[in-house]
Amino acid sequence: MDAFISSYVWPTAIIIGQSLLLLVALLVFIAYILLADRKIWAAVQLRRGPNVVGPWGLFQSFADLLKFVFKEPVIPAGANKTIFLLAPLVSVTLALAAWAVIPLNANWVIANINVGILFVFAISSLEVYGIIMGGWASNSKYPFLGALRSAAQMVSYEVSIGFVIVTVLLCVGSLNLTDIVNAQSDGLGTMIGLPASFLDWHWLSLFPMFIVFFISALAETNRPPFDLPEAESELVAGFMVEYGSTPYMMFMLGEYAAICLMCALTTILFLGGWLPPVDIWILNWVPGIIWFVLKASFVFFMFAMVKAFVPRYRYDQLMRLGWKVFLPLSLAMVVIVAFVLKLMGWA
Amino acid sequence: MGLQALFFYLFAFIAVASAFMVIAAKNPVYSVLFLILTFFNAAGLFLLTGAEFLAMILLVVYVGAVAVLFLFVVMMLDIDFAELRAGVLEYAPVGALIGLILAAELIIVVGGSTFSPEIAKGIAMPIPAVTERTNTAALGDVLYTHYVYFFQIAGLVLLVAMIGAIVLTLRHRENIKRQSIPRQVARSPETAVEVVTVKPGQGL
Repeated sequence: MDAFISSYVWPTAIIIGQSLLLLVALLVFIAYILLADRKIWAAVQLRRGPNVVGPWGLFQSFADLLKFVFKEPVIPAGANKTIFLLAPLVSVTLALAAWAVIPLNANWVIANINVGILFVFAISSLEVYGIIMGGWASNSKYPFLGALRSAAQMVSYEVSIGFVIVTVLLCVGSLNLTDIVNAQSDGLGTMIGLPASFLDWHWLSLFPMFIVFFISALAETNRPPFDLPEAESELVAGFMVEYGSTPYMMFMLGEYAAICLMCALTTILFLGGWLPPVDIWILNWVPGIIWFVLKASFVFFMFAMVKAFVPRYRYDQLMRLGWKVFLPLSLAMVVIVAFVLKLMGWA
Repeated sequence: MGLQALFFYLFAFIAVASAFMVIAAKNPVYSVLFLILTFFNAAGLFLLTGAEFLAMILLVVYVGAVAVLFLFVVMMLDIDFAELRAGVLEYAPVGALIGLILAAELIIVVGGSTFSPEIAKGIAMPIPAVTERTNTAALGDVLYTHYVYFFQIAGLVLLVAMIGAIVLTLRHRENIKRQSIPRQVARSPETAVEVVTVKPGQGL
Protein backbone atom coordinates (compact mmCIF):
# COMPACT_ATOMS: atom_id res chain seq x y z
CA MET A 1 0.00 0.00 0.00
CA ASP A 2 2.88 2.33 0.86
CA ALA A 3 4.48 1.56 -2.48
CA PHE A 4 1.19 2.36 -4.21
CA ILE A 5 0.94 5.71 -2.42
CA SER A 6 4.55 6.70 -3.08
CA SER A 7 4.53 5.63 -6.74
CA TYR A 8 1.05 6.72 -7.83
CA VAL A 9 -0.85 8.87 -5.34
CA TRP A 10 1.91 11.38 -4.55
CA PRO A 11 3.05 12.04 -8.14
CA THR A 12 -0.59 12.45 -9.21
CA ALA A 13 -1.25 14.88 -6.38
CA ILE A 14 1.88 16.88 -7.22
CA ILE A 15 0.96 17.08 -10.91
CA ILE A 16 -2.59 18.17 -10.06
CA GLY A 17 -1.25 20.81 -7.66
CA GLN A 18 1.20 22.18 -10.25
CA SER A 19 -1.48 22.24 -12.94
CA LEU A 20 -3.92 24.10 -10.69
CA LEU A 21 -1.24 26.63 -9.76
CA LEU A 22 -0.35 27.23 -13.41
CA LEU A 23 -4.02 27.42 -14.37
CA VAL A 24 -4.85 30.02 -11.71
CA ALA A 25 -1.78 32.11 -12.56
CA LEU A 26 -2.60 31.88 -16.27
CA LEU A 27 -6.26 32.87 -15.82
CA VAL A 28 -5.31 35.90 -13.72
CA PHE A 29 -2.71 36.82 -16.34
CA ILE A 30 -5.33 36.49 -19.08
CA ALA A 31 -7.74 38.71 -17.13
CA TYR A 32 -5.14 41.48 -17.01
CA ILE A 33 -3.95 40.95 -20.57
CA LEU A 34 -7.56 41.44 -21.73
CA LEU A 35 -7.67 44.69 -19.77
CA ALA A 36 -4.27 45.72 -21.19
CA ASP A 37 -5.53 45.00 -24.69
CA ARG A 38 -8.50 47.34 -24.20
CA LYS A 39 -6.41 50.00 -22.45
CA ILE A 40 -3.74 50.04 -25.18
CA TRP A 41 -6.37 50.18 -27.88
CA ALA A 42 -8.04 53.05 -26.03
CA ALA A 43 -4.76 54.92 -25.56
CA VAL A 44 -3.98 54.74 -29.28
CA GLN A 45 -7.41 56.22 -30.02
CA LEU A 46 -7.02 58.87 -27.27
CA ARG A 47 -9.77 57.32 -25.14
CA ARG A 48 -9.58 56.32 -21.48
CA GLY A 49 -10.70 52.71 -21.86
CA PRO A 50 -12.36 50.80 -19.02
CA ASN A 51 -11.80 52.90 -15.87
CA VAL A 52 -14.85 52.43 -13.64
CA VAL A 53 -14.57 49.05 -11.88
CA GLY A 54 -11.83 49.23 -9.23
CA PRO A 55 -8.85 51.62 -9.27
CA TRP A 56 -7.98 52.53 -12.93
CA GLY A 57 -10.51 49.88 -14.00
CA LEU A 58 -8.28 47.07 -12.75
CA PHE A 59 -11.20 44.78 -11.86
CA GLN A 60 -13.02 45.23 -15.19
CA SER A 61 -12.27 41.69 -16.42
CA PHE A 62 -13.68 40.15 -13.23
CA ALA A 63 -16.84 42.25 -13.53
CA ASP A 64 -17.18 41.05 -17.13
CA LEU A 65 -16.70 37.46 -15.97
CA LEU A 66 -19.52 37.74 -13.42
CA LYS A 67 -21.80 39.35 -15.96
CA PHE A 68 -21.19 36.59 -18.53
CA VAL A 69 -21.70 33.81 -15.99
CA PHE A 70 -24.98 35.18 -14.61
CA LYS A 71 -26.62 35.66 -18.01
CA GLU A 72 -28.87 33.02 -19.49
CA PRO A 73 -27.26 30.94 -22.26
CA VAL A 74 -29.52 31.07 -25.31
CA ILE A 75 -29.35 28.12 -27.69
CA PRO A 76 -30.96 28.74 -31.10
CA ALA A 77 -33.89 26.43 -31.92
CA GLY A 78 -32.27 25.07 -35.11
CA ALA A 79 -28.85 24.58 -33.55
CA ASN A 80 -27.25 21.21 -32.97
CA LYS A 81 -27.27 21.41 -29.20
CA THR A 82 -24.47 18.96 -28.32
CA ILE A 83 -21.93 20.33 -30.77
CA PHE A 84 -23.05 23.91 -30.08
CA LEU A 85 -22.07 23.51 -26.43
CA LEU A 86 -19.07 21.29 -27.14
CA ALA A 87 -17.39 23.86 -29.41
CA PRO A 88 -16.45 26.48 -26.76
CA LEU A 89 -15.32 23.68 -24.45
CA VAL A 90 -13.04 22.26 -27.13
CA SER A 91 -11.66 25.70 -27.84
CA VAL A 92 -10.82 26.54 -24.23
CA THR A 93 -9.57 23.07 -23.25
CA LEU A 94 -7.13 22.88 -26.15
CA ALA A 95 -5.80 26.38 -25.56
CA LEU A 96 -5.12 25.58 -21.90
CA ALA A 97 -3.79 22.04 -22.57
CA ALA A 98 -0.80 23.31 -24.55
CA TRP A 99 0.48 25.11 -21.45
CA ALA A 100 1.44 21.75 -19.91
CA VAL A 101 4.72 21.71 -21.84
CA ILE A 102 5.64 25.43 -21.71
CA PRO A 103 8.73 25.96 -19.48
CA LEU A 104 8.38 29.22 -17.53
CA ASN A 105 11.82 29.00 -15.96
CA ALA A 106 14.66 26.45 -15.82
CA ASN A 107 12.90 23.21 -14.73
CA TRP A 108 9.58 25.00 -14.17
CA VAL A 109 7.51 22.84 -16.47
CA ILE A 110 4.73 20.36 -15.78
CA ALA A 111 5.64 17.88 -18.54
CA ASN A 112 9.17 18.16 -19.90
CA ILE A 113 8.55 15.97 -22.95
CA ASN A 114 11.02 15.32 -25.78
CA VAL A 115 8.67 16.53 -28.49
CA GLY A 116 7.40 19.63 -26.66
CA ILE A 117 7.38 21.94 -29.68
CA LEU A 118 5.49 19.36 -31.75
CA PHE A 119 2.93 19.03 -28.96
CA VAL A 120 2.32 22.79 -28.95
CA PHE A 121 2.16 22.81 -32.75
CA ALA A 122 -0.33 19.91 -32.75
CA ILE A 123 -2.55 21.56 -30.16
CA SER A 124 -2.51 24.91 -31.92
CA SER A 125 -3.45 23.20 -35.19
CA LEU A 126 -6.45 21.63 -33.42
CA GLU A 127 -7.82 24.95 -32.21
CA VAL A 128 -9.59 25.35 -35.53
CA TYR A 129 -12.08 22.67 -34.45
CA GLY A 130 -13.71 24.87 -31.81
CA ILE A 131 -14.40 27.43 -34.51
CA ILE A 132 -15.62 25.02 -37.20
CA MET A 133 -17.86 23.14 -34.76
CA GLY A 134 -19.31 26.37 -33.36
CA GLY A 135 -19.93 27.78 -36.83
CA TRP A 136 -21.56 24.65 -38.14
CA ALA A 137 -23.67 23.87 -35.07
CA SER A 138 -25.16 27.38 -35.00
CA ASN A 139 -27.05 26.45 -38.19
CA SER A 140 -26.95 29.95 -39.59
CA LYS A 141 -25.27 31.67 -42.54
CA TYR A 142 -22.84 34.10 -40.95
CA PRO A 143 -21.37 31.74 -38.39
CA PHE A 144 -20.85 29.14 -41.10
CA LEU A 145 -19.09 31.62 -43.38
CA GLY A 146 -16.91 32.71 -40.46
CA ALA A 147 -16.04 29.09 -39.69
CA LEU A 148 -15.06 28.38 -43.31
CA ARG A 149 -12.87 31.46 -43.48
CA SER A 150 -11.21 30.61 -40.22
CA ALA A 151 -10.47 27.01 -41.20
CA ALA A 152 -8.82 28.07 -44.47
CA GLN A 153 -6.85 30.80 -42.72
CA MET A 154 -5.54 28.68 -39.87
CA VAL A 155 -4.53 25.78 -42.12
CA SER A 156 -2.65 28.18 -44.45
CA TYR A 157 -0.66 29.95 -41.78
CA GLU A 158 0.18 26.73 -39.94
CA VAL A 159 2.34 25.81 -42.94
CA SER A 160 4.62 28.82 -42.57
CA ILE A 161 4.65 28.51 -38.76
CA GLY A 162 5.78 24.92 -39.25
CA PHE A 163 8.68 25.97 -41.49
CA VAL A 164 9.73 28.73 -39.08
CA ILE A 165 9.80 26.19 -36.27
CA VAL A 166 11.91 23.91 -38.47
CA THR A 167 14.55 26.65 -38.92
CA VAL A 168 14.76 27.08 -35.14
CA LEU A 169 14.97 23.32 -34.65
CA LEU A 170 17.81 23.08 -37.18
CA CYS A 171 19.81 25.56 -35.08
CA VAL A 172 18.98 23.82 -31.80
CA GLY A 173 18.96 20.15 -32.75
CA SER A 174 16.23 19.22 -30.28
CA LEU A 175 12.44 19.34 -30.07
CA ASN A 176 12.48 19.96 -26.33
CA LEU A 177 11.42 23.50 -25.36
CA THR A 178 13.88 23.71 -22.46
CA ASP A 179 16.73 22.75 -24.81
CA ILE A 180 15.59 25.43 -27.26
CA VAL A 181 15.91 28.12 -24.55
CA ASN A 182 19.25 26.80 -23.27
CA ALA A 183 20.66 26.76 -26.81
CA GLN A 184 20.18 30.54 -26.92
CA SER A 185 22.64 31.15 -24.07
CA ASP A 186 25.37 31.31 -26.71
CA GLY A 187 25.12 32.40 -30.31
CA LEU A 188 26.04 35.32 -32.56
CA GLY A 189 27.13 37.59 -29.69
CA THR A 190 29.44 35.09 -27.97
CA MET A 191 30.85 34.12 -31.36
CA ILE A 192 32.41 37.58 -31.78
CA GLY A 193 33.68 37.56 -28.20
CA LEU A 194 30.92 39.44 -26.34
CA PRO A 195 29.56 38.04 -23.07
CA ALA A 196 26.23 36.18 -23.27
CA SER A 197 23.53 38.73 -24.03
CA PHE A 198 20.32 39.35 -25.96
CA LEU A 199 22.38 39.32 -29.18
CA ASP A 200 22.67 35.52 -28.85
CA TRP A 201 18.96 34.92 -29.05
CA HIS A 202 17.39 33.61 -32.24
CA TRP A 203 15.56 36.84 -33.08
CA LEU A 204 18.81 38.23 -34.47
CA SER A 205 20.35 35.16 -36.08
CA LEU A 206 17.04 34.14 -37.69
CA PHE A 207 15.75 37.68 -38.12
CA PRO A 208 13.30 37.44 -41.03
CA MET A 209 11.79 34.32 -39.48
CA PHE A 210 11.06 36.21 -36.26
CA ILE A 211 8.87 38.64 -38.20
CA VAL A 212 7.24 35.85 -40.24
CA PHE A 213 6.47 33.96 -37.03
CA PHE A 214 5.01 37.02 -35.36
CA ILE A 215 2.69 37.81 -38.27
CA SER A 216 1.72 34.15 -38.71
CA ALA A 217 0.93 34.01 -34.98
CA LEU A 218 -1.44 36.94 -35.46
CA ALA A 219 -3.17 35.07 -38.29
CA GLU A 220 -3.20 31.77 -36.40
CA THR A 221 -4.95 33.30 -33.38
CA ASN A 222 -7.40 35.30 -35.53
CA ARG A 223 -6.13 38.60 -34.16
CA PRO A 224 -6.61 41.85 -36.07
CA PRO A 225 -5.61 42.62 -38.82
CA PHE A 226 -6.43 38.99 -39.68
CA ASP A 227 -9.67 38.67 -37.70
CA LEU A 228 -11.72 37.83 -40.79
CA PRO A 229 -13.57 34.92 -39.11
CA GLU A 230 -15.32 37.47 -36.91
CA ALA A 231 -15.13 40.54 -39.14
CA GLU A 232 -17.86 42.62 -37.55
CA SER A 233 -18.44 44.87 -40.56
CA GLU A 234 -19.40 41.99 -42.85
CA LEU A 235 -20.10 38.88 -40.78
CA VAL A 236 -21.50 40.56 -37.61
CA ALA A 237 -19.29 38.46 -35.29
CA GLY A 238 -18.54 35.45 -37.48
CA PHE A 239 -18.65 32.07 -35.81
CA MET A 240 -19.78 33.50 -32.47
CA VAL A 241 -22.92 35.32 -33.69
CA GLU A 242 -25.27 32.90 -31.95
CA TYR A 243 -23.26 32.61 -28.74
CA GLY A 244 -23.93 34.49 -25.53
CA SER A 245 -23.21 34.33 -21.80
CA THR A 246 -20.88 31.55 -20.54
CA PRO A 247 -20.28 29.77 -23.91
CA TYR A 248 -19.29 33.10 -25.46
CA MET A 249 -17.00 33.81 -22.52
CA MET A 250 -15.32 30.43 -23.04
CA PHE A 251 -14.65 31.28 -26.68
CA MET A 252 -13.05 34.55 -25.59
CA LEU A 253 -11.05 32.78 -22.89
CA GLY A 254 -9.85 30.20 -25.41
CA GLU A 255 -8.86 32.93 -27.85
CA TYR A 256 -6.86 34.87 -25.26
CA ALA A 257 -5.27 31.69 -23.87
CA ALA A 258 -4.15 30.88 -27.43
CA ILE A 259 -2.77 34.41 -27.80
CA CYS A 260 -0.82 34.05 -24.54
CA LEU A 261 0.44 30.70 -25.78
CA MET A 262 1.71 32.29 -28.98
CA CYS A 263 3.39 35.08 -26.95
CA ALA A 264 5.07 32.46 -24.74
CA LEU A 265 6.13 30.47 -27.81
CA THR A 266 7.64 33.56 -29.46
CA THR A 267 9.52 34.19 -26.21
CA ILE A 268 10.85 30.64 -26.09
CA LEU A 269 11.76 30.32 -29.77
CA PHE A 270 13.19 33.77 -30.45
CA LEU A 271 13.61 35.85 -27.28
CA GLY A 272 15.61 33.49 -25.08
CA GLY A 273 12.85 32.35 -22.71
CA TRP A 274 13.86 33.02 -19.12
CA LEU A 275 17.46 34.09 -19.91
CA PRO A 276 18.37 37.61 -18.71
CA PRO A 277 19.13 40.17 -21.46
CA VAL A 278 22.76 40.53 -20.38
CA ASP A 279 24.71 37.96 -18.38
CA ILE A 280 25.74 40.11 -15.38
CA TRP A 281 25.18 39.27 -11.72
CA ILE A 282 22.47 41.81 -10.96
CA LEU A 283 20.32 40.66 -13.89
CA ASN A 284 21.06 37.00 -13.14
CA TRP A 285 19.80 37.61 -9.61
CA VAL A 286 16.31 38.46 -10.93
CA PRO A 287 14.30 35.21 -11.11
CA GLY A 288 13.92 33.78 -14.63
CA ILE A 289 10.13 33.76 -14.42
CA ILE A 290 10.17 37.57 -14.24
CA TRP A 291 12.18 37.80 -17.47
CA PHE A 292 9.85 35.30 -19.10
CA VAL A 293 6.72 37.23 -18.14
CA LEU A 294 8.29 40.55 -19.15
CA LYS A 295 9.25 39.22 -22.60
CA ALA A 296 5.87 37.57 -23.15
CA SER A 297 4.14 40.81 -22.09
CA PHE A 298 6.29 42.75 -24.55
CA VAL A 299 5.22 40.42 -27.36
CA PHE A 300 1.61 40.87 -26.30
CA PHE A 301 2.10 44.63 -26.30
CA MET A 302 3.13 44.32 -29.95
CA PHE A 303 0.02 42.18 -30.63
CA ALA A 304 -2.15 44.92 -29.08
CA MET A 305 -0.42 47.71 -30.99
CA VAL A 306 -0.90 45.88 -34.29
CA LYS A 307 -4.60 45.56 -33.46
CA ALA A 308 -4.81 49.29 -32.84
CA PHE A 309 -2.79 50.41 -35.87
CA VAL A 310 -3.35 48.13 -38.83
CA PRO A 311 -6.59 48.02 -40.82
CA ARG A 312 -8.14 44.63 -41.56
CA TYR A 313 -6.86 42.64 -44.54
CA ARG A 314 -9.07 41.61 -47.42
CA TYR A 315 -9.47 37.85 -47.61
CA ASP A 316 -7.60 37.36 -50.89
CA GLN A 317 -4.75 39.54 -49.58
CA LEU A 318 -4.57 37.35 -46.49
CA MET A 319 -4.30 34.20 -48.60
CA ARG A 320 -1.73 35.84 -50.89
CA LEU A 321 0.44 36.80 -47.92
CA GLY A 322 0.29 33.29 -46.50
CA TRP A 323 0.86 31.23 -49.63
CA LYS A 324 2.81 33.52 -51.98
CA VAL A 325 5.00 35.48 -49.57
CA PHE A 326 5.51 33.62 -46.30
CA LEU A 327 5.59 30.07 -47.64
CA PRO A 328 8.37 30.64 -50.23
CA LEU A 329 10.29 32.87 -47.79
CA SER A 330 10.22 30.38 -44.93
CA LEU A 331 10.92 27.43 -47.24
CA ALA A 332 13.95 29.22 -48.70
CA MET A 333 15.10 30.05 -45.18
CA VAL A 334 14.94 26.36 -44.15
CA VAL A 335 17.25 25.49 -47.07
CA ILE A 336 19.61 28.42 -46.39
CA VAL A 337 19.86 27.73 -42.66
CA ALA A 338 20.48 24.02 -43.30
CA PHE A 339 23.25 24.83 -45.82
CA VAL A 340 24.91 27.41 -43.58
CA LEU A 341 24.87 25.08 -40.58
CA LYS A 342 26.33 22.23 -42.64
CA LEU A 343 29.00 24.25 -44.45
CA MET A 344 30.18 26.12 -41.36
CA GLY A 345 30.16 22.90 -39.36
CA TRP A 346 27.86 24.31 -36.66
CA ALA A 347 25.28 21.54 -36.88
CA MET B 1 2.88 -1.54 -15.25
CA GLY B 2 -0.71 -1.44 -14.02
CA LEU B 3 -1.15 2.17 -15.04
CA GLN B 4 0.08 1.48 -18.57
CA ALA B 5 -2.36 -1.39 -18.96
CA LEU B 6 -5.17 0.79 -17.67
CA PHE B 7 -4.40 3.52 -20.20
CA PHE B 8 -3.95 0.98 -22.98
CA TYR B 9 -7.43 -0.46 -22.40
CA LEU B 10 -8.90 3.03 -22.04
CA PHE B 11 -7.44 4.28 -25.34
CA ALA B 12 -8.08 1.01 -27.15
CA PHE B 13 -11.69 0.79 -26.00
CA ILE B 14 -12.49 4.38 -26.96
CA ALA B 15 -10.67 3.99 -30.29
CA VAL B 16 -12.63 0.87 -31.23
CA ALA B 17 -15.94 2.27 -29.99
CA SER B 18 -15.54 5.57 -31.84
CA ALA B 19 -14.31 3.77 -34.98
CA PHE B 20 -17.55 1.80 -34.85
CA MET B 21 -19.51 5.03 -34.44
CA VAL B 22 -17.81 6.44 -37.56
CA ILE B 23 -19.71 3.94 -39.69
CA ALA B 24 -22.79 3.75 -37.47
CA ALA B 25 -23.54 7.47 -37.03
CA LYS B 26 -26.49 8.79 -39.03
CA ASN B 27 -25.12 12.27 -39.53
CA PRO B 28 -21.89 12.37 -41.59
CA VAL B 29 -20.58 15.32 -39.57
CA TYR B 30 -20.80 13.15 -36.46
CA SER B 31 -18.90 10.46 -38.38
CA VAL B 32 -16.00 12.83 -39.03
CA LEU B 33 -16.00 14.00 -35.40
CA PHE B 34 -15.86 10.38 -34.22
CA LEU B 35 -13.04 9.79 -36.71
CA ILE B 36 -11.14 12.62 -35.01
CA LEU B 37 -11.73 10.97 -31.63
CA THR B 38 -10.36 7.73 -33.09
CA PHE B 39 -7.23 9.53 -34.29
CA PHE B 40 -6.75 11.02 -30.83
CA ASN B 41 -6.89 7.64 -29.16
CA ALA B 42 -4.57 6.15 -31.76
CA ALA B 43 -2.13 8.93 -30.89
CA GLY B 44 -2.50 7.94 -27.24
CA LEU B 45 -1.68 4.33 -28.13
CA PHE B 46 1.41 5.48 -30.07
CA LEU B 47 2.54 7.42 -26.99
CA LEU B 48 2.15 4.31 -24.83
CA THR B 49 4.47 2.35 -27.12
CA GLY B 50 7.06 5.15 -26.94
CA ALA B 51 6.51 6.43 -30.50
CA GLU B 52 6.12 10.03 -29.39
CA PHE B 53 7.04 11.56 -32.74
CA LEU B 54 4.48 9.47 -34.64
CA ALA B 55 1.81 10.39 -32.08
CA MET B 56 2.36 14.12 -32.55
CA ILE B 57 2.64 13.87 -36.34
CA LEU B 58 -0.62 11.93 -36.38
CA LEU B 59 -2.25 14.84 -34.57
CA VAL B 60 -0.64 17.54 -36.73
CA VAL B 61 -1.19 15.91 -40.12
CA TYR B 62 -4.33 13.83 -39.78
CA VAL B 63 -6.33 15.70 -37.16
CA GLY B 64 -5.00 19.19 -37.86
CA ALA B 65 -5.14 19.11 -41.65
CA VAL B 66 -6.72 16.04 -43.27
CA ALA B 67 -9.72 15.76 -40.95
CA VAL B 68 -10.33 19.51 -41.28
CA LEU B 69 -10.66 19.00 -45.04
CA PHE B 70 -13.01 16.03 -44.49
CA LEU B 71 -15.14 18.12 -42.16
CA PHE B 72 -15.12 20.96 -44.68
CA VAL B 73 -16.33 18.74 -47.50
CA VAL B 74 -18.94 16.91 -45.43
CA MET B 75 -20.38 20.16 -44.08
CA MET B 76 -20.63 21.67 -47.55
CA LEU B 77 -22.22 18.61 -49.17
CA ASP B 78 -25.94 18.61 -49.67
CA ILE B 79 -26.70 14.95 -50.23
CA ASP B 80 -29.74 12.93 -49.25
CA PHE B 81 -28.00 10.45 -46.99
CA ALA B 82 -31.10 8.29 -46.50
CA GLU B 83 -30.99 7.60 -50.24
CA LEU B 84 -27.28 6.90 -50.08
CA ARG B 85 -27.80 4.41 -47.30
CA ALA B 86 -30.51 2.49 -49.18
CA GLY B 87 -28.07 0.37 -51.21
CA VAL B 88 -25.65 -0.28 -48.39
CA LEU B 89 -26.37 -4.02 -48.23
CA GLU B 90 -25.36 -4.47 -51.88
CA TYR B 91 -21.81 -3.48 -50.98
CA ALA B 92 -21.66 -5.58 -47.81
CA PRO B 93 -19.99 -8.66 -49.46
CA VAL B 94 -17.24 -6.53 -51.04
CA GLY B 95 -16.68 -4.70 -47.75
CA ALA B 96 -16.53 -7.96 -45.83
CA LEU B 97 -14.02 -9.37 -48.33
CA ILE B 98 -11.71 -6.35 -47.97
CA GLY B 99 -12.02 -6.54 -44.19
CA LEU B 100 -11.09 -10.23 -44.24
CA ILE B 101 -8.04 -9.61 -46.43
CA LEU B 102 -6.83 -6.85 -44.10
CA ALA B 103 -7.38 -9.03 -41.02
CA ALA B 104 -5.49 -11.93 -42.64
CA GLU B 105 -2.55 -9.69 -43.53
CA LEU B 106 -2.39 -8.31 -39.99
CA ILE B 107 -2.44 -11.82 -38.54
CA ILE B 108 0.37 -12.92 -40.87
CA VAL B 109 2.57 -9.94 -39.95
CA VAL B 110 1.98 -10.06 -36.19
CA GLY B 111 1.84 -13.85 -35.97
CA GLY B 112 4.95 -14.26 -38.11
CA SER B 113 7.17 -12.23 -35.83
CA THR B 114 5.65 -13.83 -32.71
CA PHE B 115 6.13 -17.44 -33.82
CA SER B 116 9.55 -17.06 -35.42
CA PRO B 117 11.50 -14.22 -33.74
CA GLU B 118 14.38 -14.56 -36.23
CA ILE B 119 12.27 -12.62 -38.77
CA ALA B 120 12.76 -9.49 -36.65
CA LYS B 121 16.54 -9.90 -36.91
CA GLY B 122 16.40 -9.59 -40.69
CA ILE B 123 15.14 -5.99 -40.48
CA ALA B 124 17.59 -3.65 -42.22
CA MET B 125 17.23 -0.80 -39.71
CA PRO B 126 16.43 -2.14 -36.22
CA ILE B 127 14.94 0.30 -33.72
CA PRO B 128 17.70 1.60 -31.41
CA ALA B 129 17.11 1.58 -27.65
CA VAL B 130 15.30 4.66 -26.36
CA THR B 131 18.15 5.42 -23.97
CA GLU B 132 20.76 5.89 -26.73
CA ARG B 133 18.75 7.59 -29.49
CA THR B 134 15.44 9.44 -29.17
CA ASN B 135 12.51 8.34 -31.22
CA THR B 136 12.60 11.46 -33.42
CA ALA B 137 16.33 11.19 -34.13
CA ALA B 138 16.02 7.48 -34.98
CA LEU B 139 13.26 8.19 -37.50
CA GLY B 140 15.37 11.02 -38.93
CA ASP B 141 18.29 8.61 -39.40
CA VAL B 142 16.12 6.23 -41.39
CA LEU B 143 14.32 8.82 -43.51
CA TYR B 144 16.95 11.45 -44.17
CA THR B 145 20.25 9.59 -43.90
CA HIS B 146 19.86 5.96 -44.96
CA TYR B 147 16.94 6.23 -47.38
CA VAL B 148 17.21 9.86 -48.43
CA TYR B 149 16.85 9.13 -52.18
CA PHE B 150 13.69 7.08 -51.71
CA PHE B 151 12.33 9.83 -49.52
CA GLN B 152 13.10 12.49 -52.13
CA ILE B 153 11.52 10.39 -54.90
CA ALA B 154 8.38 9.93 -52.80
CA GLY B 155 8.29 13.69 -52.33
CA LEU B 156 8.67 14.27 -56.08
CA VAL B 157 5.83 11.85 -56.84
CA LEU B 158 3.59 13.80 -54.47
CA LEU B 159 4.68 17.08 -56.05
CA VAL B 160 3.83 15.79 -59.53
CA ALA B 161 0.44 14.60 -58.27
CA MET B 162 -0.23 18.03 -56.78
CA ILE B 163 0.77 19.86 -59.96
CA GLY B 164 -1.43 17.46 -61.95
CA ALA B 165 -4.43 18.20 -59.76
CA ILE B 166 -3.87 21.94 -60.11
CA VAL B 167 -3.42 21.76 -63.90
CA LEU B 168 -6.63 19.73 -64.25
CA THR B 169 -8.72 22.22 -62.30
CA LEU B 170 -7.05 25.53 -63.15
CA ARG B 171 -9.15 27.61 -65.52
CA HIS B 172 -7.81 30.99 -66.57
CA ARG B 173 -10.75 33.35 -66.89
CA GLU B 174 -10.52 36.28 -69.28
CA ASN B 175 -12.39 39.56 -68.88
CA ILE B 176 -12.04 39.91 -65.14
CA LYS B 177 -10.14 42.61 -63.37
CA ARG B 178 -7.07 41.35 -61.58
CA GLN B 179 -5.00 43.02 -58.93
CA SER B 180 -1.32 43.42 -59.77
CA ILE B 181 0.43 44.30 -56.56
CA PRO B 182 3.85 45.21 -58.08
CA ARG B 183 2.13 47.59 -60.50
CA GLN B 184 0.17 49.21 -57.69
CA VAL B 185 3.30 49.59 -55.60
CA ALA B 186 5.27 51.03 -58.56
CA ARG B 187 2.74 53.80 -59.15
CA SER B 188 3.98 57.29 -58.34
CA PRO B 189 2.28 60.72 -58.52
CA GLU B 190 4.01 61.34 -61.86
CA THR B 191 2.45 58.31 -63.53
CA ALA B 192 -0.89 58.39 -61.75
CA VAL B 193 -1.90 62.04 -61.65
CA GLU B 194 -2.17 64.52 -64.47
CA VAL B 195 -2.50 68.20 -63.58
CA VAL B 196 -4.69 70.03 -66.04
CA THR B 197 -5.27 73.75 -66.13
CA VAL B 198 -8.85 74.41 -67.11
CA LYS B 199 -9.61 77.75 -68.69
CA PRO B 200 -12.77 79.40 -67.34
CA GLY B 201 -15.74 79.28 -69.67
CA GLN B 202 -14.09 76.80 -72.09
CA GLY B 203 -13.70 73.50 -70.25
CA LEU B 204 -11.47 70.78 -71.62
